[in-house]
Amino acid sequence: MTAVDQKQLQEFKQQAEAWFAENTPREVDFMLPLTFMEVGTDQQFEFLRAWQNKVYEAGYLGAHWPKEFGGGGLDRAFQDVATKAMAAERTPIMLNAIGLNWTGPLLLDRGSEEEKKKYIKGILSAEEIWCQGFSEPDHGSDLGNAQTRAVREGDEYVINGSKIWTTQGNYADYMILLARTNPQAESKYKGLSFFLSPMKGQGIETVPIRKLTGEYGFTQTFFDNARIPASCLMGQEGEGWLIAMQTLEYERGARSGQAGGHVMMSADPADILELARHAQINGKPAIEDPAIREELVALMTEARALGLNSRRDKIQPLAQDRPMSLALGSKLASTDFYQRLNAFAIAMQGTRAAYYVGDPQAHDNGVWQRGYLNSFSATIGGGTSQIQRNIIGEHVLGLPKG
Amino acid sequence: MSALINAGLTPSIGLSEEQAQLIDIAQNFCRDKSPIDQVRKLLDDDTGFDPAVWREIAELGWLGIGVPEEFGGIGLGLGELVPIVEQMGRHLMALPFVSTIVAAQAILHAGTSQQQQKYLPALASGTAASLALCEENADWDLENISCTASQTDQGLVLSGRKFLVTDAHQAELFIVSVRYDDKPALVIVPRAALAEGAMSREKIIDDTRRSYALDLNGVCVDADSLMEQAKAAETLAYIELASSLLLAAEMVGGAYNVIDYTLDYLKTRKQFGKLIGSYQSLKHTMVDAHMGYERARSHLYSAAYLFDQQGEGEVAVRMAKAEANEAFSFAADRAIQFHGGFGFTYDCDAQLYRRRAIWCSALHGDARYHRRKLADLML
Repeated sequence: MTAVDQKQLQEFKQQAEAWFAENTPREVDFMLPLTFMEVGTDQQFEFLRAWQNKVYEAGYLGAHWPKEFGGGGLDRAFQDVATKAMAAERTPIMLNAIGLNWTGPLLLDRGSEEEKKKYIKGILSAEEIWCQGFSEPDHGSDLGNAQTRAVREGDEYVINGSKIWTTQGNYADYMILLARTNPQAESKYKGLSFFLSPMKGQGIETVPIRKLTGEYGFTQTFFDNARIPASCLMGQEGEGWLIAMQTLEYERGARSGQAGGHVMMSADPADILELARHAQINGKPAIEDPAIREELVALMTEARALGLNSRRDKIQPLAQDRPMSLALGSKLASTDFYQRLNAFAIAMQGTRAAYYVGDPQAHDNGVWQRGYLNSFSATIGGGTSQIQRNIIGEHVLGLPKG
Repeated sequence: MSALINAGLTPSIGLSEEQAQLIDIAQNFCRDKSPIDQVRKLLDDDTGFDPAVWREIAELGWLGIGVPEEFGGIGLGLGELVPIVEQMGRHLMALPFVSTIVAAQAILHAGTSQQQQKYLPALASGTAASLALCEENADWDLENISCTASQTDQGLVLSGRKFLVTDAHQAELFIVSVRYDDKPALVIVPRAALAEGAMSREKIIDDTRRSYALDLNGVCVDADSLMEQAKAAETLAYIELASSLLLAAEMVGGAYNVIDYTLDYLKTRKQFGKLIGSYQSLKHTMVDAHMGYERARSHLYSAAYLFDQQGEGEVAVRMAKAEANEAFSFAADRAIQFHGGFGFTYDCDAQLYRRRAIWCSALHGDARYHRRKLADLML
């Protein structure tokens, strides 16, 4: 890689900032999803698909991905400044999260030329939406035990089984699918294979799951003798676990190569301060209530600790007493924090705490009420907070297993 | 997600090469000099610390780290001392270290050049000092002072009583807050100026420490013992922040070791045929204590990094003190509980940490006090 031309980068940055300032949609008359897991209506889906496409066409998504496959061919520093400009404007999210963040980098790192040519551009332009088929109804956290079957018959695989928590499953064109090709393999892991499976076809059915918010965003996906081309197999049979683990590293941010842009937005302390200024409790602005002020400061202190923890983790002498502590603790710390932040935001609204999305009386159109309910996706998904405490207790503190 | 948090606030943290080295040196030193047997032996000792250890610390140059070179020190910022005090806190050491450091910084801030010449080289090389700030009003506001000083023909005459003067028995000089011309002022009082019986030992909750009440009535010092009065208020504010930073360091250190101490027990003690650390009610609570410790430690090193910056430094220090108070208190409170019947005895070390957590929170503000200050700064 050649050294980055700073002048060129600076110009790109200014262009990106100006572009997002001008093109970010401001007046949207329906609620936009705050995360890629909350796309529940066709209106939301079409809006976000068009927005991602616009950002891509302007050159601010996948700017560092190879040009020959549809990327911008620039250094990663260029995409980083574009991503920052996007976050600063608080633009709507990038829709095709599974494609941009997991499938894309996976294909670029270990896919064949043919696969890259076939899929990368559609991921960036949002013309082809991706979903993930790892979890199964009976095997939530225990991925290695996946039971969905893939049986080779001539030029095809026949798929049978079911996947759950398929984000955007009803909209997806493709799925990264973990399925069992060899039930007799010497270990459960070696019997798994990884597929780039089409989602539109006979024998594939998605059933939307209605979330606690009353909205949609996930599906359960059923394969009933679905036939997919044998060329959908990624790598070799038996490499499924390996490839799935690599995919999870992109998901957890342990590997880089993502296309850029944000796929989630969450409230930050500035938002809750704004709420405290205009919400009334006991006849006064919440921000004048001493107990609320103290709690606000406690939450801002905690928010700052999240950022400080991840920075401290990179300063070796300050992170060596209990190795892995800060890394393994970050999911628990941040997801619990956001849940409490949203709950507290509701609690400072007086009687208006009772309103929900869609009522003119609701503060910030009910974003806090809805955010609180949605926050459970993070304290339950990806290993519940209780499992996280077991992991930290056992792997960081060395306590015995129960 | 984190991008947005960082956009709102710009938390900073860093470590100098000196600090990185000090962590290792201080860790070994404190572990060697203050094993728990030694801590317990000193509980009944009048002095409360080993003078030989104090001399070694002076020889290591730690007392001069924050003192400028012209006065025989090294001239680094106060944040550089955080790793040392943190390690002292881990091993429950009780030296006049923090009081001497803060006294020197006060003289550096508001002392006349004559006072600086006279006292700083001594404080940088092993003369102990203390601060007499607290009064009967129990107020954390250091400007709430009723002791007085007035000029007479004999010199500056003081009146009133001070409390919670740590290590007064070892201090060669005291920084005393008074009202002078009805405004806050700071006076340097040499030990020799105190009358016989002016110091009386206090019964305090932290058995590792020594603290005294100071009777100022009748104390008369040279007229030039007054520090620059125009800087008194600002220096009192500085003393609060400097003390808070170092108390936070001590508490973060204490939290680490009390968690460690409790983990050892949970990994060896069996009940109902199982190691008690395998029960989730204990395991999960230990994780919460540990996460609180990690938060506090991040804030501590951020405060050490930002200490010298106007505004940002104050926010960072108050956050660190508040978080350290809570993390240490929670960890030590649960440590007593999780040791069961043994936890209720004087022989269990958990009580030493818990008592110390109360002491450290009582000085220079508990979590609520600092959050109220932060609310005024941030909201």
